[in-house]
Amino acid sequence: MNEVIEMQDVWKTYQNGTHALQGVSVKIDRNEFVYVVGPSGAGKSTFMKLIYREEVPTKGQISVNGFNIGKLKQRKIPYVRRNIGVIFQDFRLLPTLSAYENVAFAMEVIEAPKRQMKKRVMEVLELVGLKSKAARLPAQMSGGEQQRIAIARAIVNNPAVIIADEPTGNLDPETSWGIMQLLDEINFRGTTIVMATHNKEIVNTMRKRVIAIEHGSIVRDQQRGEYGYDF
Amino acid sequence: MTFNTFLRHLRVGFNSIFRNGWMSVASVTSIVVSLFVLGVFIILVLNVNALADKADKQVQISAYLNLNVDQKLREKVQNEISAMPEVSKVQFVSKEQGLTDFRNSMGDEGKELLEGFGKDNNPLPDKIMVEVIEPTTVPFVAQKIEALNTSHTEQPIMKVKYGKGTIETLFKVTRLVRNIGFIFVAGLAVMSMFLISNTIRVTILARRREISIMKLVGATNYFIRWPFFVEGTLIGLIGSVITVALLFVGYDRLAASIGSDFTLQMSLLPLSQLWQWGGLLIVLGVLIGMWGTTLSIRKFLKV
Repeated sequence: MNEVIEMQDVWKTYQNGTHALQGVSVKIDRNEFVYVVGPSGAGKSTFMKLIYREEVPTKGQISVNGFNIGKLKQRKIPYVRRNIGVIFQDFRLLPTLSAYENVAFAMEVIEAPKRQMKKRVMEVLELVGLKSKAARLPAQMSGGEQQRIAIARAIVNNPAVIIADEPTGNLDPETSWGIMQLLDEINFRGTTIVMATHNKEIVNTMRKRVIAIEHGSIVRDQQRGEYGYDF
Repeated sequence: MTFNTFLRHLRVGFNSIFRNGWMSVASVTSIVVSLFVLGVFIILVLNVNALADKADKQVQISAYLNLNVDQKLREKVQNEISAMPEVSKVQFVSKEQGLTDFRNSMGDEGKELLEGFGKDNNPLPDKIMVEVIEPTTVPFVAQKIEALNTSHTEQPIMKVKYGKGTIETLFKVTRLVRNIGFIFVAGLAVMSMFLISNTIRVTILARRREISIMKLVGATNYFIRWPFFVEGTLIGLIGSVITVALLFVGYDRLAASIGSDFTLQMSLLPLSQLWQWGGLLIVLGVLIGMWGTTLSIRKFLKV
C-alpha cells in the first residue's frame, strides 16, 4: 500500500445545510506534493480539515497513513495527529513562548524524552535556517520567520504528511518563495505535502500535482498541472 | 505519564496562575467570597445549635407545693414524679433554700429589697425541681404532675411552671434556624461551584488558542487537562485557605472583643471546636476548583 491518503466517495454536509464536499474520491501517494486549488468556499478547507480530522465526513471513508479516520475513536485521534503536521496562513504560534519553546512544545506534548527533544529541536531549527533565533519570541520575528518556526513545529515529530492551508497567504512574494523552497526540501526528504493555495505564480512555476475543487467536487486532477484560474 | 511530564504539568499549572494574573485573582476572590459566606453561615448554625442544645438542657419544671403539704405527702409526691419514665432528675428545694437562691440571684441590689423577709415570714412556697430526659416532653410531664392533684385527697400541687410558651417558641425557632440554615448553606455551596466553574471557564477561553494548538500537534486530552486541573485545584486551595484564615482570625477577634461580657462569651463556641469545619471548607474549596475545571474544560476537548 503506497497511498498515504485515500478518500472514497466522501461527503460533508454542515449543520447549516451547506454541502461542502459531494462525493470526493482521491488517492495521494507517499512522497507526493499536491496543490489543492479552487475558488473560495469551494471546499478546499473542508478537504484539508477532513485529513487532519478537524472535521468528520458525513458519508464515505478516509484513511490517513493506514488509519481509518472516519471510524476513529475519540481517544485515538491524538495518535493519528502525530503523523500529520499542520501549517496555517496565520502561523498559530504561542506568543508567550520562544521559537525554541514553540517547536519543543510539539515534542513535549507527545512526551518525548528531554535529551532527545533538545537535539531534535535544534536539528529542525537548523533545517529551517533559524537556529540563531531560537530564543526570540514570535513578535520579534518577521512573518516569514514565524512561518518557518511553524514549519519546524510541524515536522519536528517526523510526520508522514504535512497539511499546509495557504502557508504563503500572509507573506510577500519573495518570502513566499523561501517558504516554498523549504517545503520542497521537506518533501524531497520523504514527507507527503498537501497544500491549499491561491498563489498562481507558485503553482505555475513549481510544477506539482494539482487538484482543483469546485462546488464540493474534484473537477481536475493532473500531474505537473497548472493553476488554471485568473484570481 | 512519565515523571518529567508530571513535573511539567505541575510547573505549567503553577506558572499559569501567575501568567493569568487578574483572572486568577478573580477566581480566588470568587472562591473566597462564596466560601466566606458559607463559613459564616456554618459558624452561625453551629452556634445556634450549641445554644439550642444548652437551652434544651436548661429546661426544668418547677412544681410548687401547697403550704399545707407535710413531709410525708411531699416525699410521696416526689417519689411519684421520680417514677415517671420521662423524668431524669428530681430535686426538692425548701422554701428557705429558695429564698437564699433568690437572694443570691438578685445580687447586691436585691439584698436590700429582700431584707424584710426571713425565716418567719418567707413568702415562697416549697418546690420540687424536675428535669426530663427529652426536652420536648416537658409540657406532657408538667400535665402529669398537675394531674397528681386528682389522685390525692389533699391537693399537694399549687402550681406547675416551666416557662410555657417560651420553650415551645424556642424549639420552633431553633428548628427553623437549623433547617433554613442548612438549606441556605447547601444552596450557597452549589452557587459558589457555578461561580467558580464560570471563572475558570473564562480562564480557559483565554487560552483556547493554546489548547487548539496542543490538539493539532497530537496532545491527548489527559495531557491538555492536567495543567488546568493543577491550576484549578491550586486556585481552590489558595482561595479556601485564605477564607479559613479570615474566618478564624475574624471569629477570634469577635470572641475577644465580647470577652468582657461573660454570658455572651459562654455562648460562643470555642475556636477549637471549629477546626474540623475549617478543614472541611478547604476540602470543599479544592473540590470546587477541581470540579469547576473539569466542567469548563470538557467542551473544549471535543473534536
